[in-house]
Amino acid sequence: MSLGDICYKYEVITATGDQKLDHVERSSSMIDGDFGHESRNLCVGDLLREGPERRGILSVAVRGGRKLISSGSRFSAVLGSGFRDARPDCPRLTKSAVCSENQLSWTLPIKPWVFSEYKIMWFKSCRMTFACLNRMKSYRYPWTRPYSTSGTTVDSSEVKTFLALAHRWWDEQGVYAPLHSMNDLRVPFIRDNLLKTVANHQPGKPLSGMKILDVGCGGGLLTEPLGRLGASVIGIDPVDENIKTAQRHKSFDPVLDKRIEYRACSLEEIVEETAETFDAVVASEVVEHVIDLETFVQCCFQVLKPSGSLFITTINKTQLSYALGIVFAEQIAGIVPKGTHTWEKFVSPEKLESILESNGLSVQTVAGMLYNPFSGYWHWSENTSLNYAAYAVKSGVQEHQVPAEFVLKEEAEELQATASTNPAVHEELKK
Amino acid sequence: MAARLAVSWLGAAPAAPRRGPLLSCRRWSGASADTVYDVVVSGGGLVGAAMACALGYDIHFCDKKILLLEAGPKKVLEKLPETYSNRVWDACSEALIMFDKDNLDDMGYIVENDVIMHALTKQLEAVSDRVTVLYRSKAVSYTWPYPFPMADSSPWVHITLGDGSTLQTKLLIGADGHNSGVRQAAGIQNVSWNYDQSAVVATLHLSEATENNVAWQRFLPSGPIALLPLSDTLSSLVWSTSHEHAAELVSMDEEKFVDAINSAFWSDANHTDFIDSAGTMLHYAVAFLKPTKVSARQLPPSVARVDAKSRVLFPLGLGHAAEYVRPRMALIGDAAHRVHPLAGQGVNMGFGDICSLVHHLSTAAFNGKDLGSMSHLTGYETDRQRHNTALLAATDLLKRLYSTRATPLVLLRTWGLQATNAVSPLKEQIMAFASK
Repeated sequence: MSLGDICYKYEVITATGDQKLDHVERSSSMIDGDFGHESRNLCVGDLLREGPERRGILSVAVRGGRKLISSGSRFSAVLGSGFRDARPDCPRLTKSAVCSENQLSWTLPIKPWVFSEYKIMWFKSCRMTFACLNRMKSYRYPWTRPYSTSGTTVDSSEVKTFLALAHRWWDEQGVYAPLHSMNDLRVPFIRDNLLKTVANHQPGKPLSGMKILDVGCGGGLLTEPLGRLGASVIGIDPVDENIKTAQRHKSFDPVLDKRIEYRACSLEEIVEETAETFDAVVASEVVEHVIDLETFVQCCFQVLKPSGSLFITTINKTQLSYALGIVFAEQIAGIVPKGTHTWEKFVSPEKLESILESNGLSVQTVAGMLYNPFSGYWHWSENTSLNYAAYAVKSGVQEHQVPAEFVLKEEAEELQATASTNPAVHEELKK
Repeated sequence: MAARLAVSWLGAAPAAPRRGPLLSCRRWSGASADTVYDVVVSGGGLVGAAMACALGYDIHFCDKKILLLEAGPKKVLEKLPETYSNRVWDACSEALIMFDKDNLDDMGYIVENDVIMHALTKQLEAVSDRVTVLYRSKAVSYTWPYPFPMADSSPWVHITLGDGSTLQTKLLIGADGHNSGVRQAAGIQNVSWNYDQSAVVATLHLSEATENNVAWQRFLPSGPIALLPLSDTLSSLVWSTSHEHAAELVSMDEEKFVDAINSAFWSDANHTDFIDSAGTMLHYAVAFLKPTKVSARQLPPSVARVDAKSRVLFPLGLGHAAEYVRPRMALIGDAAHRVHPLAGQGVNMGFGDICSLVHHLSTAAFNGKDLGSMSHLTGYETDRQRHNTALLAATDLLKRLYSTRATPLVLLRTWGLQATNAVSPLKEQIMAFASK
């Protein structure tokens, strides 16, 4: 369900104001309630980028759009800024657009007298449609301010899906059980690779002194173990409920409370203030949910210190991952909640590597991961066709960092050689 | 010299008065300013103290807070351990089995309870920055957290002590003996039955100083009697027998007691000719098939005196907890399993539990995991239940097998014992398993 669909629905609405009211309210409730909808989640950003056939929908949207713009203006009327100001201002309106504690419920209190303004609005609507449609999206999700020219990385439909399950993060046998058991693989992966970058470490707190950014931290499943290992971690997530859950969970542990900080924001929003401050950035099970991978990686690059590490775990885009990851896992076995993943957004390791390399991050390791749904455990694997983990290092910018780069390259060979021992080691640890 | 043998339940905290299924429904809500410990070990006996010690010395627990709760006072003593071999034989026949290690490795150690406790106390003091020991403190009630975090309710286990103070912990380890309060509070089912036997323990003075490095155990129909060496002149007695006989033994005067012991070891009263000849037959057959060095048969030492006030008796039974672990809780030692002393394995199983649990917890800590998480606790449970169930079953079987005078069973066990004695690889396996 997306704005495009809503626009299309408006097309079919006929004449009278009352009827329109009905239809509009019904459509709005469809936005609120339809979490499990399995249709392809188009979002407006995608619409704008797609080819001519999509534009057909947009032309429909233009026609229907005037109604939306009216309702947008209705918002401004509600706030008292009046009809004269037909262009809704994004940041000022956002908070009021959220009229209930459920951030998604976007009610359209359209009153019949609005439509008398049609003629005035029509001329402006064509020009403003594109901009407004984009801004409409921003009304709902105040954190998705467009960043640079290519737009934000946060996908609003993804946000919706995760919002429904925000309170279930910490049930180890529940919906997120596979993510809990993935910690057995990803925490040692991060820990061991980070330990290689330091000469000696404190036993008991191996990662102490390191600053780590956990992007898309969700309920803090990966943030907390990293905190327990001594690192100071900042966890960010665009879904507010997730951050609330994470905050609540860590508040009971005095040690973690001090080491971990959570913020409800997207990566783009903190890039300026945290440039070059993190020893490591972790984006686990995130890149298959972002809109713009290129921007995402650029932001990661910007927040990393020179020679900082980037850890990514995600799902490959193969026929096998469609069959097992979507059809089996989501629809048949229910291992993953329906609608969590969209196959089109999966990233193959080759594509990820090329994006990383072209953005100044040198890939050190790529290792496949395999989930056994019967035992509930993950294993390392040579095969990356389903899930995989990647470790990349930001090249050192300063001159004296260059030798470090050579060392890292050698280590890369070592890592490849020991990648085969990794499964054994990790299975040991897992047991 | 209170030489209490290193038998499992002796060192544990005194048996708690029976409390009903406590507080398993009571939940704790609301934050509190209590210290949150990472691990609390309830019960400071052999197994509990060893657990706290092992965790304190573990490298991945450097910055963790561990607490040991012991209801008794602090004990300090001095003594020396020694090393031994083991000889076991049947009272109804001449069959005997000899476990010996020819090479220089020690087969096993017999260490007095007090010596172990003293060593553990010293070691605990050395890691007092990580491990806090609270003596004379007993947990009165436990409050379990919800299965998964509910709004604003604490996810930790809350423990209330006898003096009213409370503490919170991420993992509670129950090492409080076979009447475990932790196990009862958690509502874990315990499979148990009582043997109609009590064990009498005492410290004995031998009639002459010998190179006392052999442990003797003779299976009488009323139960096994065992003599475990402590020093050249001292041995420890463990005699499992019926309740009435045990009460008699404890209350009779010294001379009679010594006589009873000697006759138990030396008497041939239970032999029957049939069994004797059957046994001899097999003995010849074995000697024919496998000519082996025939060492002169060593005889058990005879006893001269018994230490006054060292005679104690306690009832015997079997117990096995259906589950060793729950979220944020694990049972070790006698709280999880209780066994007959005939194989001398009670506290050894407890130490094995410690090894396994520390291994799992250490890996979990190095992976930054929540210590109370079921994922690694179930790993510990699987490991240990496999091992312990086998041992418990075997011990129970042996006990029942040797409690009878019925001829067919005596014949069976006579031949069985002789055959096992003859097959060295099998004996080596048994020794390896028992000394793990």
